[in-house]
Amino acid sequence: MTLLPPTPNYGKGLRGLSLATVATLSVAFALVFFYAPLDADQGFVQKIFYLHVPLAIVALCGFILGGLFAIGHLRTGDRAWDMRSYVAIHMSLIFALGALITGSIWAKASWGHWWVWNEPTLVSFLIVFLLFATYQPLRFSIDDPERQARYASVFAIVAGAFVPLNFIAVRLAQGFVHPRVLTLGGGNLPGPMRLTFLVSLVGIALLFATLWKYELTAKSTRMQLRALRRRVLGDEAIRPLGRSAAPS
Amino acid sequence: MRTALAVLRKDLRLELRTFETVPAMALFAVTTFVIFHFGLGQATISGQLAAGVLTVTVLFSGMLGINRLFVTEREQGGFDAFLLAPVDRTSLLLAKAAALFTFLVVLELIAVPAFGLLLLGPSLGPALPGLAVVLLLADLGIAVIGTLVSAIAVHTRARDLIGPVIGLPLMIPALIAMARGAAAPLAAHGAASVPLKWLEVLALYDVVFALLAYAVFDFLLEE
Amino acid sequence: MSGLVLAAAPALPLHTAGKYVAGAYIVFVALLLIYVAIMAIRLSRTERDLVELNRALEQRAQEDSGRDLEHVP
Repeated sequence: MTLLPPTPNYGKGLRGLSLATVATLSVAFALVFFYAPLDADQGFVQKIFYLHVPLAIVALCGFILGGLFAIGHLRTGDRAWDMRSYVAIHMSLIFALGALITGSIWAKASWGHWWVWNEPTLVSFLIVFLLFATYQPLRFSIDDPERQARYASVFAIVAGAFVPLNFIAVRLAQGFVHPRVLTLGGGNLPGPMRLTFLVSLVGIALLFATLWKYELTAKSTRMQLRALRRRVLGDEAIRPLGRSAAPS
Repeated sequence: MRTALAVLRKDLRLELRTFETVPAMALFAVTTFVIFHFGLGQATISGQLAAGVLTVTVLFSGMLGINRLFVTEREQGGFDAFLLAPVDRTSLLLAKAAALFTFLVVLELIAVPAFGLLLLGPSLGPALPGLAVVLLLADLGIAVIGTLVSAIAVHTRARDLIGPVIGLPLMIPALIAMARGAAAPLAAHGAASVPLKWLEVLALYDVVFALLAYAVFDFLLEE
Repeated sequence: MSGLVLAAAPALPLHTAGKYVAGAYIVFVALLLIYVAIMAIRLSRTERDLVELNRALEQRAQEDSGRDLEHVP
């Protein structure tokens, strides 16, 4: 019988977190459409900015968070950290996909092309996305679960460190010839726009936290049910795990 | 350190006797140049295009070497022997990275003249100093990442697939710097010096990933 | 700055700009809903397993009490 370390109660605080997310995101979208002024250059299309940029920022932080959790796993050997890392990267990948799609729509609306190479942030993002998309194929090509967790953590750390380096390199490569297409510049957002952006950012970050916790709780529940079934019904009653990062 | 040198000597001697890896890499590179000639439909290339072609070719030839780096260790119990011996485990990282670096340099000693002969428009001579610096710095980065990725891949089921799939995105910053940096020496109207910022990016990349690899390599070797 | 118009109420333009903005927000909602759907499917599977487990335990409890009754002298 496998001796599990005491299972943390992942679902605690999930209710409060999800309520906060709903509230913040609702306020954010209301601000986007009812409060934030129209941009002088881009007009109504600029509203995508309030969705695209928070998604991108939260995704990047999520990837780095995955790396941090992975460090925790390698240092303590506790597989719970590996699960946190896996879910963080998984979530960030989905958020990154959202950022790429919304970024592409914004590019099409502002610039007429579905993809632009002279927007360094978008290009860096694509590279980061491609890298982390290999995380799951890597995990599931290693059979031994303990080794799988360890190698995945190594990858998560290296990939997490890669994120800032990548942005530096791509930004340098674009040179300063092309005007930046899609950004409004960090500091010169007028007041109402900045407020809307910040609320939106907080909302998307809360959404990430909620979904992350939700996924962890669901995984933990399934895992515990599986262990229970094995104890009560015997080994034949459990279906083979298939693709799962849950420590069994 | 002595362990690293011993393992490196073993690998180099193995390569000299069997000629498995480097000739294949070199042949692959030259063939790629031929394909590029037909693919691009130009008699000669120069500048950024030339730098890009050279970068891509060196990268994919390097991938062949990366795939084979830990194969003997895996098949003939080298990993177990290493774990049992009372040595510092990161010396394996040092040795393998040094071996890969050597392979890459030898590859380039063959591929770059071939490139100058087959594809490059402007003369290779004046381009060599700048090109050499860029290639050496890039080779360091490729060697470190290649070793790391190879060590990860050798324990997976999809061995030869996973290595390039993980390695290529990780190498992109180095490759960007290599391609952009090599453009100036290969310029059509006379070799210019490599812009400093690309050398800085390469150096930063090499340092960061060398340190990172050094920190995590132990975890890859555990049973 | 002088070109900025403070929109007191959203005048949702139905020309092309509106379609792109709507598209972006729809993609966001769609991704979210797809995730909810996947979690829902998993939850129903978990519930099914739990029901089966409960039933098996019930059965076992009945068998045990049946057996106990037989042994009562």
